[in-house]
Amino acid sequence: MATIDSYSQNQLTTTPSLTTRLHAWVASVDHKQIGIMYLLMSLFFMILGGLEAFLIRIQLWSPNSELIGPETFNQLFTMHGTTMIFFVLMPMLSGFANFLVPLMIGARDVAFPRLNALGFWLSFFGGCLLYFTYFGAQGLYGAENAPDVGWFAYAPLTSPAYARGNATDYWILGTMLTGAGTIAFGVNLLATIFTMRAPGMLLTKMPLFVYIFMMDAVLIIIAFPPLTAAQVMLLLDRYAGAHFFDPQTGGSAVLWQHLFWFFGHPEVYILALPAFAITSEVIPVFSRKVIFGYVSMAAATAAIAFISLGVWVHHMFTVGLSDVVDTLFAASTFLIAIPTGIKIFNWTATLYGGRIRLKTPMLFALGFLSMFLIGGLTGIMLAVVPFDWQVSDSYFLIAHFHYVLFGGSLFSLLAGFYYWYPKMTGRMMSERIGILQFLCTFVGFNLLFFPMHISGLLGMPRRIYTYTEPSWVLWNQLSTIGAAVMGIGFLFFFYNLIRSLRHGEPAGDDPWDAWTLEWTVPSPPPAYNFEKTPTVRSRRPLWDLKHPDDPDWEHE
Amino acid sequence: MSQKTARWWPGNLALFLVIILSPGISAAENADQAPTLQSIEQDRNTLMLEPESPPARTIAEVFYLILGIVAVIFLLVFVPLLWMLFRFRMRKEDEGIEPPQIYGSNPIELAWTIGPAIIVFVLFLVTARSIFEIEAAVPPHDAVHVRVIGHQWWWEYEYPDYGFITANELHAPLGKDGSPRPVYLDLESADVIHSFWVPQLAGKTDVIPGRINHLWFAAEKPGWYKGQCAEYCGTQHAHMWLRVKSESDQDFAEWVANEQRDAVADPAVAVGRNLFLENACANCHTIRGTSAQGKFAPDLTHLMGRKTIASGILPNTRDYLLRWVRNPQTLKVGCHMPDMKLTQREVEKIVDYLVTLQ
Repeated sequence: MATIDSYSQNQLTTTPSLTTRLHAWVASVDHKQIGIMYLLMSLFFMILGGLEAFLIRIQLWSPNSELIGPETFNQLFTMHGTTMIFFVLMPMLSGFANFLVPLMIGARDVAFPRLNALGFWLSFFGGCLLYFTYFGAQGLYGAENAPDVGWFAYAPLTSPAYARGNATDYWILGTMLTGAGTIAFGVNLLATIFTMRAPGMLLTKMPLFVYIFMMDAVLIIIAFPPLTAAQVMLLLDRYAGAHFFDPQTGGSAVLWQHLFWFFGHPEVYILALPAFAITSEVIPVFSRKVIFGYVSMAAATAAIAFISLGVWVHHMFTVGLSDVVDTLFAASTFLIAIPTGIKIFNWTATLYGGRIRLKTPMLFALGFLSMFLIGGLTGIMLAVVPFDWQVSDSYFLIAHFHYVLFGGSLFSLLAGFYYWYPKMTGRMMSERIGILQFLCTFVGFNLLFFPMHISGLLGMPRRIYTYTEPSWVLWNQLSTIGAAVMGIGFLFFFYNLIRSLRHGEPAGDDPWDAWTLEWTVPSPPPAYNFEKTPTVRSRRPLWDLKHPDDPDWEHE
Repeated sequence: MSQKTARWWPGNLALFLVIILSPGISAAENADQAPTLQSIEQDRNTLMLEPESPPARTIAEVFYLILGIVAVIFLLVFVPLLWMLFRFRMRKEDEGIEPPQIYGSNPIELAWTIGPAIIVFVLFLVTARSIFEIEAAVPPHDAVHVRVIGHQWWWEYEYPDYGFITANELHAPLGKDGSPRPVYLDLESADVIHSFWVPQLAGKTDVIPGRINHLWFAAEKPGWYKGQCAEYCGTQHAHMWLRVKSESDQDFAEWVANEQRDAVADPAVAVGRNLFLENACANCHTIRGTSAQGKFAPDLTHLMGRKTIASGILPNTRDYLLRWVRNPQTLKVGCHMPDMKLTQREVEKIVDYLVTLQ
């Protein structure tokens, strides 16, 4: 008896060795640990992708600059785009979904925990494989050591004649692996939401976060397999003498664009919906009001998901398809503005009459709201086909989609970090550093991307490693300054993340006085999440608990 | 621990920088000097909002309309948003009191569904009208037809009605007042996808292998219009410039008549001519009237009729021609013309010959 006691005593007092702790993470099938690993992965790749972007901006500081050179520049923007889409935003949203969805629906884990781990490791090693190109792709004379085909890799630039060596193969295989991991994640998420909700949580009683992620999973399952198929076709073209995309032997260069954008456009919404999901939690909690128009928010989400499957040709208005095709896809693109508008109006209406607390999560959510508004409005402009003929593939387009993916998705995901960091670690992030970060990021972001609208209107095409036109200089220099300011903002962010791990204030179970189930469990939550499966009657179970006199379910 | 982390990171970032920059640094060392281009006389800018051709004008008008609409929408959302942040901010006395919960309102939500629906319907009509206005233009009988072939990284122009081929500088007649002579382009590609974009003349249209696309414009003022390839097409995508010269009908007719002639054969430069024909130059370049019939590179029959070389990025002077023939890779890294390893004397003789190709 005594020996057992001293043994367990020993176990409690000494911290396990580093390898033991690492092993606990690497071998984990716990949705919370996998979620955090997804987030760490995305932060790691964010450093790489951000540095690439910063080098691009340094090269474009002055006209006729030969600092970086065309080959390296072309690799930089290819790697930057691929990294930010596939290895930063995707794992970041997967991380939040993994950590939060089971907690929000009162489940102890996801439906398929081991598939979950497989999905993460596929995504992670996909990213490693992509970056291994810098070490592994050299060897053939004239071949590049990193892919330089652009993140949408238009055929026939990817054929062996124009993309020699193996760098393009690293791009194909890296993104294909992470795509497989993402499909596993989507299937798992959907199964979890469909089958593991707490008693009483009907599909119509889920928090909007869960509802929107459900739609996101549907989009992932529909959109990613076509990309994987196209990439297999491309590999067959490159290695087995197939001619899917080779126009000189009867293949079609335009076919790749159809297949890619049939994935690529829903992908934009796969990245945008999580931003909607986070905003739909943060804005109500920090306005102290229930979300305005839950049903129309849910319906708008479903409409966006559905319509986004039918707008891909708006990436191809300059391809010279028929006028009728262009007109119809312009119509479907305009159509998507209506549900998106509903969302923006409903979030704004949620603020009306509230008690707005401008804490860091709220600042980033409001940053999302205003920046996404600009990105959405320039999106409407781009749907006007003849205007698209002018500004497509110009810096105006770069400005537009950074307002959507950075000002939109990433701002909201940063709100997510500040909002759920206490739940994940048990400690609050520093409010003071957070506000500094917000100021730097918000100012830097606008300084970086707003001038791009103007350089685009001045005729500057994207993806050029250098330029001569004197009228573009000022706008490019403003952008570069903005990039530096934003870089400082991200230094604050990383410092805050690391510092708060030890020095943050203890968070307690429910630091924000919020309303969804994850705030009922300790921070960080125990491995089993809930001691007892909760029962819910409304979309805000904690509101019901805190206000027994006026519970939500009487109004829903 | 935290100090250790801080020291560890910069080291790795520096390593990363070195790894990805190393090819660029070596390329920069190889490059002679940054290519520069004195502004060519009468060069116009690339601002699409100063259109000089009907398609570009239609687009500029549409731009101002939609910019107005989205600006109004932006203000309608953003100003109330800011006002609410101020008006409904948490005050000390509100601590612990929850505001009234409003779950939604069908009439309001219906209103902001129908309102935007009407706006986008109007925008759709504008879009459809302008698409068909630009695309449905029928070529008049005196229109000029040009076959444009995009190459990595230069442009080939064939004038089928006049029976000659030239490169990199497109000439277009102005027409008379009130009846401009539009230029109709058939766009084809010899290798990868490019995009033809001269902002002051028309929107861009992609140049896709295995496909013939169409584009038209009618320049209304004389001068050099500028643009560049707008679809990423490989290493020197940045240096695939477009120059369109709009000139009077008479100047155009003179230019055509000169282009139609075979190259002059000046006996004074026979040495350079023979060097050109005996070396691999003739495999890629055509000089009409000689045995040089290569199709891979720009037609040089009337090289000196052009203001620029290397797809518009360098002035066409003897000095730049010397540097270009000596080693084009120092001026345009990665271009498909190799360093021919010619001696300085051979280079000078060849350039002596080239400058006679008026």
